[in-house]
Amino acid sequence: MRITCPLCGERDRREFYYKGAALVRPAEGADLDAWHEYVNLRENPAGPLDELWYHEMGCNAWLKVTRNTATHEILDVQLASEAGLGGEK
Amino acid sequence: MRLPGKGLNQGAKPITFAFNGRHMMGLEGDTLASALLANSTHLVGRSFKYHRPRGVLTAGSEEPNALVTIGTGGQQDPNVRATQQELFEGLEARSQNCWPSVERDVMAVNDLAAPFFGAGFYYKTFMWPAAFWEKIYEPMIRNAAGLGALSGEADQDRYEKAFAFCDVLVIGSGPAGLVAALTAGRAGADVILAEEDSRMGGRLLAEREEIGGKPGHAWAAEVLAELEAMDNVRLMSRTAVTGAYDQGTYGALERVSHHLARRHSLKGSHLPRECFWRIAAKHAVLAAGAIERPVAFRNNDRPGIMMAGAVRAYLNRWGVAPGERVTVFANNDQAHRTARDLHDAGVHIAAVIDSRHEAPDGGPYQVIKGAQVCDSAGRQRLESITVRSVKGEEKIQTDCLAMSGGWNPSVHLTCHLNSRPVWKREALAFVPTEGAVPGMVTAGACNGTFSTAGALRDGAEAAAKVLEALGLKPAAADLPQAEDDPYRIAALWAVPGKGRAWLDFQNDVTVKDVKQAATENFRSVEHMKRYTTQGMATDQGKNSNVAALAVLADATGRTIPETGTTTFRPPFVPVSLGAMGAGATDEGFKPQRFLTSHGESETRGAHQLEVGLWYRAAYFPKQGETNWRQSCDREVTLVRKAVGICDVSTLGKIDIQGPDAGKFLDFLYTNTFSTLKVGKVRYGLMLREDGFVMDDGTTARLGENHFVMTTTTAAAGQVMAHMEFVSQALYPEWDVRFTSVTEQWAQFAVAGPKSQELLNGLLDEDVNGETWPFMGCGEATVLGVKGRLFRISFSGEHAYEVAVPARYGEALFRELLKRAEAMGGGAYGMEALNVLRIEKGLITHAEINGTVTAFDLGLQGMMSKKKDFLGKAMSTREGLMAEDRMRLVGLKPVGAVKEITAGAHLFTPGDPVERIYDQGYVTSAGYSPTLGHPIGLAFLKEGPDRIGETVRLVDHMRGVDTLCEVVSPVFFDPEGGRARG
Amino acid sequence: MAELIAKSPCDRLLPITLGGMSLTEEQPGSMWVLAPFKGQEKALSKALEAAHGMAFPAANRATGKAGSRAVWFGRDMALLMGGEPDAKLAKHAALTDQSDAWAVVRLDGAGAEDVLARLVSVDLRPQVFKRGHTARTELKHMMASVTRIGPQAFQVMVFRSMAKTLVHDLKTAMEAVTARG
Repeated sequence: MRITCPLCGERDRREFYYKGAALVRPAEGADLDAWHEYVNLRENPAGPLDELWYHEMGCNAWLKVTRNTATHEILDVQLASEAGLGGEK
Repeated sequence: MRLPGKGLNQGAKPITFAFNGRHMMGLEGDTLASALLANSTHLVGRSFKYHRPRGVLTAGSEEPNALVTIGTGGQQDPNVRATQQELFEGLEARSQNCWPSVERDVMAVNDLAAPFFGAGFYYKTFMWPAAFWEKIYEPMIRNAAGLGALSGEADQDRYEKAFAFCDVLVIGSGPAGLVAALTAGRAGADVILAEEDSRMGGRLLAEREEIGGKPGHAWAAEVLAELEAMDNVRLMSRTAVTGAYDQGTYGALERVSHHLARRHSLKGSHLPRECFWRIAAKHAVLAAGAIERPVAFRNNDRPGIMMAGAVRAYLNRWGVAPGERVTVFANNDQAHRTARDLHDAGVHIAAVIDSRHEAPDGGPYQVIKGAQVCDSAGRQRLESITVRSVKGEEKIQTDCLAMSGGWNPSVHLTCHLNSRPVWKREALAFVPTEGAVPGMVTAGACNGTFSTAGALRDGAEAAAKVLEALGLKPAAADLPQAEDDPYRIAALWAVPGKGRAWLDFQNDVTVKDVKQAATENFRSVEHMKRYTTQGMATDQGKNSNVAALAVLADATGRTIPETGTTTFRPPFVPVSLGAMGAGATDEGFKPQRFLTSHGESETRGAHQLEVGLWYRAAYFPKQGETNWRQSCDREVTLVRKAVGICDVSTLGKIDIQGPDAGKFLDFLYTNTFSTLKVGKVRYGLMLREDGFVMDDGTTARLGENHFVMTTTTAAAGQVMAHMEFVSQALYPEWDVRFTSVTEQWAQFAVAGPKSQELLNGLLDEDVNGETWPFMGCGEATVLGVKGRLFRISFSGEHAYEVAVPARYGEALFRELLKRAEAMGGGAYGMEALNVLRIEKGLITHAEINGTVTAFDLGLQGMMSKKKDFLGKAMSTREGLMAEDRMRLVGLKPVGAVKEITAGAHLFTPGDPVERIYDQGYVTSAGYSPTLGHPIGLAFLKEGPDRIGETVRLVDHMRGVDTLCEVVSPVFFDPEGGRARG
Repeated sequence: MAELIAKSPCDRLLPITLGGMSLTEEQPGSMWVLAPFKGQEKALSKALEAAHGMAFPAANRATGKAGSRAVWFGRDMALLMGGEPDAKLAKHAALTDQSDAWAVVRLDGAGAEDVLARLVSVDLRPQVFKRGHTARTELKHMMASVTRIGPQAFQVMVFRSMAKTLVHDLKTAMEAVTARG
C-alpha cells in the first residue's frame, strides 16, 4: 500500500503510523456524551472512511486520509493542520 | 534420453551431479528435471499421503511431484522443484517422503489402505479421545505424510530485501511480455521485465512455431538483445512476481544463487540465496502465460505420465525425449504438436488419443479419435495405457504419456486484490476480470489468448494502453508474422470409470474425494477445497483446481460458473521465510541505540539491560560481588551516602519554542506551565484524551518562549507524536515549534549528599542553593564546554542532572566517575535507580500502565481546575475518581516470608484467593538496603484509606504467599528534606 | 585542568571501502534545525539568504553546497549544516542545536543506489532523485535523512545513538551488492 504525503510525495505504507478515524474534537465544555462519542464510538463502514495517519518515518505530518476500506483505494489525502479537526474553540 | 542435435543447449558444457547418491551427467542450462529425464530417471519422489511413486509432470514452477531436497544442515532446502532447479557442477539432490529409498518405500503400504484415507479421513478418524491428538495422532500423521523436512539447524545463508520502481512492470517474458516490454521500452518508459525462469522467452523456448520467419527462440533473443541495450529497461530473470498489492505494489522473489554451487554463497562471499523485491510500478502488464492441466483418469499419476507441453519443452529446449514409445492424450489441437515434434525428432509415437471425434489427423502415426485413456500400468515407470473407444478397450505399450486437458490462464495475480476470474466458455477456462488490479493490464495466454500471433497483438495493445496512461506515445506496431491457429478444445475433465483418478497430485486428491465431498454436502467450492485439501499443497493447485471444480460442478448438477472458483492469494510461488525476513537476524533485527557512556560502562564490566532499543547499564559489579543484588545494594547506598553517577540520556528531551509555547504546555499537561519562572523546572502529568495517564516528566523553562520537556524513555516517541498531533490537528493556529533533542545531549544524574561538592570542582559557575535552588535550571560551563544543569532528583537525594553536547558524553562520564570515586561514590545502574525511586514512591511506566488515572496515583491535585487540558473532560467521569479504585500504596512484608514480587496480587486475609476477591496488584518491587527490607509499590482498592492494614500477597508464578503491611508509597524521607536541602 | 575530548558518532566505525564504494563519516560542523514561526517562512528565507547565501529549501530539496547546506528536514523544518546560524534568524524561526544529534555519513561510488535500494523504500533512481534532492524516510527501521550530493554520492543521516547499526546495515548491503558483481 502506498500513501501520497502532501509534503513528501508517494511513499510506502511502512513509513506511516495508523491512528484511526479522523473525527472533529468536541469543544471545551461539551457534554460527556459528545466526548464518549469522540473517544469511544466508531463507524465501521465498508467504503470511504476518513482516517488519521502519521508520517512518522518521514516528515512528521499528521494526515487525514480518505480511504475506501473495501478496496483500499485512497481517495484523498490532506494535511491534518488544514482539516479542521480541532473543532470549536 | 538426450537426442543429439536437438534443443537450444548445443555445445553446452557437461556437468556432473548426483541424485540419491547416484552420479549422473547433465548439461549446462539443464534443470534438475531435464537432466534426470536425460538420464531416463523418471521416479523422483513419493506422494504426500499414499506414498505413490511419482515423476516429473511439468517443466515449470507449477510442478506438484518432482520435489527434492538439496543441501544439508543449515543449508538444507526442502521441497525444491526439480523443474526449476538449475543444474550446477556437484549438485546433490535427494528424494523426499520415502524410507529407506525412493524405490523401496516402506510407507507405500498407505497406498493399499487407500480406501480408508479418503476425503475427511483425518476429521473422521482422529476425533477422540481428545488427548490422543497431540501425543499419538499428530506425530503419527506427521511421520507418515508430508514432503521435505527442515534440518532443524539455523539457516546459514544470507537473504536480502530490496525495493525497485518503474513505470511499467511486465510480468512474464513470453511473446506477449516481450512485445509489451519492447513497445514500452522503445517509447521511453522505465520498464522492469520479470521472468521466473532462468532464461527469458517463455513458451517460445519450448515450441517450434516460427515468428517472422525464424524460430521463436531466435526472435526472442533478438528482442532481448534490444531490451538489454536500453538504459530504461531492467531485465530480471529468475524473478517470480509473487503478489499484487495495493497502489501498484508487487512482491517478487529473485532466486539469486540457487543455480550456483554452495561455496559461492557461503559466509564470506555474501552472495544472498534469494532477494525479496518490493516493486512499486505505476502500471503492470501481466503476461504470465497459462498452465496446462492434466486429465483425471485411473492411475494417471505414474512416472512417465507428463503434460504434453512439458514434453515439448524437454524436447525442444533441452533436447531430451522423455520416452522411447510415446503416446499423447488430449482434448485439443495444440497437444498434437507434441506428437509432431517428437516424430520429427525420430521418437516413436505409439498413438495419439483424442477425446474428440473431429480431431485433426496429424502426421504419419496413429490418431485414435473419440477415445479416452482409462487406465495405466507400470510400477515405478509407465509401461502401458488402456484406451477406451467405440471399438472397446485396448492396451498400448508406452513409456511416456503426454497428456493435455487444455490450458488454465495464469490469472493468479489478478485475484490478489479480491477479484474473481470469469469463465470464458469457448476457451473452457477462467480469464481475468478487466480492471481486477488497478493499473494492471493482462495480455496473451493469461488472458485466454492462446495463439502466438494473438499474444503478440495482446502485448502490443497492453503496452499501448499503459503508455497512453503514462502520456507516452508508442511507435507504430510492426508485429511479425506468427502462428495464429484457433484454439480448438472440447471439455474433458475426468474419464469415467472405477479406481482412483488424480486431480491434485501433490495432496493426493482424487475425483472420488471431490465426489464424496459433494455427497456429504460440501457443495460450496470453498468447503470442498478444505474438506478434501484440494489445491492446498505447496503448488496451490495450479494445474488441478479448475478440473476439481469441474468435477464438483458435475457432481452437484451445476455449471462451472455457477459452482465458482476459490480465490488465489499471494504468493504465486512459495517464498522462504528467510527471504521475507531478510536482514532481520542478529544485529539486523532492530536498531541498537548506544549511549555515549556505553564503551566506558562495558570497560567497567557493566551488565547491560535492553530498554526499548537502548542499552543501559543495569549495574556495575565490583570485585568480590557474586550477584547483582550486592552490586545494586552498594550502588543505592553510595547514592544515599556519597554521590552516584548515572547516564539518563535515554529520557526523551523535546525543545519547545515560540510565543504560544506556554499555552501549548498548559494544554498538554494537567498542571500549569505558563506561570513557571525562567530558570525553573516543574514536574508535569500528561493525560490521554480518555482521561488516563499517558506520561510524566519534568519541563524546564530556559527562556520566555523556550522550554525543554523531558519524557520517560519508554514514551518518548509516543509523546512526540502526541505533541505533533495536538499542534497540527487540534491547535494549528498556535505558534509553537518543537524538535527532539534527545540525541543532542548526553545527560548524567549526579545524585547524593556530595553532588554539589562534586560539581563545584567541575563547573566554571559556583553551584550553591542560591544559584541552583531545588528545581532550578540554567546554562553551565563544564570544563570549558557549554552545557546545562538541572537541579532535579529522581532518587530523593540532593541531585543534579548535567548535560553536555553528546560528543563530550564519554569524556564527561569518565570525569564524573573519577571525581565521584574519589569522594566514595561511583556509577549506579538501572537496578539501583529503580530501588532509589521506589524508596521515594516515584512512578515509572510500571505504574503508568494505561489503566491508571491521576486520582489512582494520588495526583488529582495536579489536575488544574482553572484551565482546559487534554483529557480533562473524560478524566472527570465518575468511575475515574471512585474511592474504591485500585490506588497507589506502598507495601512492606510482615509475614514469615519477607518477599515482594512485581505482578503479585493482593487479597484481604481470609478471603479465597480467587479473581473476584482480587484487591490489587504489585507494580514495582525491590530490596531497600536503606531500610533493610523488601519494599513494593502496588495498586490496592481504596488503597490510601487502608494504610496500616495487612494484606495477603500471592504470586502463583513464583510461589510467593505472604502478608504485607499497607504503607505510604513514600518509604524514605517523606518530608523531602534531603532533595531540597 | 582536565579537558573533555570530543568523539564523533562513527568513531572507529568508518571508513569502509568495498567494491568501488566508499562509506565515510562526514564532519559537517554545526547542525541547527531552523523551524519558522507562523507567517515567517519568507522572512526566514530572506534572512538565510542574506546571512548564509542560500534560500530556505522547498520540501524534499537541499540548498547551498558542501560546507554550507540547508537540507529540508521535515514539515516546516530545515537543517542548516556548516556554520552556526546567524543571530538574526532567531527572530523568524526556532533555532535548535543538533550538531551532536545525528550521525552523518557519505556513501559514494558505483552501486550506491543499489545499496540504498536494499534499505530505503524511496525511489532514488537518478532521473527521479537528482542532485540536491532529499528525503526524510526510513533506513531499515531507523528515521533517516537521505540527500543526493553527487552523481553517485549520498549523504545519509540517522540518530547518533544508532551509528553502529547504520554502519552495520550499510556494510551488509554493500557486501551483498558487491557480491553480485
